[in-house]
Amino acid sequence: MAEPDAPGDLQKTPLYDLHVELGARMVPFAGYEMPVQYPAGIMTEHLQTRDSAGLFDVSHMGQAKLVGPDHETTARALEALCPSNMVELKPGKQRYTVLLNADGGIVDDLMVTRPRDESLDGHLLLVVNASRKHVDYPLLEAGLPDGVRLEILDDRALIAVQGPKAVEAVAAHAPAAADLEFMSGDFMEFDGISCHISRAGYTGEDGVEMSVPAGAAEAIARALLADDRVEPIGLGARDSLRLEAGLCLYGHDLDETTSPVEGAITFCMQKRRREEGGFPGAERIQAELKDGPGRVRVGFKLEGRAPAREGAEIQLPGGPVIGTATSGGFAPSVGAPIGMGYVPAEHAATGTKINLVVRGRELPAEIVDMPIVPNRYYRKPKA
Amino acid sequence: MTTYFSKDHEWIAVEGDVATVGITKYAQEQLGDVVFVELPEAGKALSQGDEAAVVESVKAASEVYAPIDGEVVEANEVLAEEPAKVNEDPEGGAWFIKMKVANADQLSDLMDEAAYKAFVDTL
Repeated sequence: MAEPDAPGDLQKTPLYDLHVELGARMVPFAGYEMPVQYPAGIMTEHLQTRDSAGLFDVSHMGQAKLVGPDHETTARALEALCPSNMVELKPGKQRYTVLLNADGGIVDDLMVTRPRDESLDGHLLLVVNASRKHVDYPLLEAGLPDGVRLEILDDRALIAVQGPKAVEAVAAHAPAAADLEFMSGDFMEFDGISCHISRAGYTGEDGVEMSVPAGAAEAIARALLADDRVEPIGLGARDSLRLEAGLCLYGHDLDETTSPVEGAITFCMQKRRREEGGFPGAERIQAELKDGPGRVRVGFKLEGRAPAREGAEIQLPGGPVIGTATSGGFAPSVGAPIGMGYVPAEHAATGTKINLVVRGRELPAEIVDMPIVPNRYYRKPKA
Repeated sequence: MTTYFSKDHEWIAVEGDVATVGITKYAQEQLGDVVFVELPEAGKALSQGDEAAVVESVKAASEVYAPIDGEVVEANEVLAEEPAKVNEDPEGGAWFIKMKVANADQLSDLMDEAAYKAFVDTL
């Protein structure tokens, strides 16, 4: 992740005043002043999201779009930089992918949506990490062919509403949101304001992400927070929620040295791309797909109560250091400390006993399947 | 019994030659939900400024420093089982350690309650 800027240089999202009014503790994050928690506290906010619904300001994330003459041209342009199948992405569907460097390392992870509306044929909507905008945008601009351009949408805010009651709460203002399938999105009105709403998020729960005009963000957030089911949630709980859900935080669990195979996110690589290659670092990534990676991201759960944080060494019991934790903390929905990190593939099996070294102490832990808390994404009932 | 406060947001209640040390209400508010407390063992000799304990909140680990020199005579075992007590009763039942006061002169460097309140107001 990028180093935070000096305090004077920090940017504010359109919801800054609302966060302060709600009593948030504001901290520097990726160049923005962001709410790490509200008075309820991280534990309560985390459980609120799992039990009902939480509203997250994620306006610091980068919103942009690729604009080309038709879907195939724009999709092929993006495919040259990422290992996912963008050409066959259907209208209204969304896909998680990564931008790659020439060595097959991950430059950023991002969400890509193909607008449903036919009049927007040739557009792809992107949401990238706040800390990576300054890397992603030049990389995209340099990599796009003539006829496909990058438009940065810095006049929009991004609001995530997550939790089992999130879609009900949003649908009270934007009824069409209730009809969205998981990983799909559409433009629709929220109390008469045009928004792009997609059924996705980063908590492991059902919910939406809403790209809204910056000037309307506060009104939309207030309308949602007026609903008893919805409470504001800070970045602290966003981190513990995504960790339980087994989702990567760029700059911690993924970086420019990690490939999608090492990062255990090969689900972002569809069959055609795996076979054909044609993305940066394809040689390495295809070899890792065939022979297995040297190291791989795993989840772990500690036996005791002491958390192991990012940077803690991973040992085999009584043996050598085999890896490092890349995320870690107390998991409110598990009631125990958990984390993720990288270990050699031969020690990555579920159930492997490991130690996390914290302040010189060896804390016993076990490699567990991810997600550690089962995800509850919306699945359309079978007709 | 006299209670003193440090700039690191510890309270030190001195009775005879034994000081009970904990973290202040302000400190627990700043930490947020406490999920683990690592305490020293009885008999450990601490110098002023040494790391005496570690408090882990959901978000981060924070050190608690010895406000004065002294030997640890008791650690509050209740916190091992119920770390959330630090949030509920930081200036009472959720004390961290009892120390034998080795150098009473060091107490004069600490603040009284009024001075500590004024200090917190500047933060």
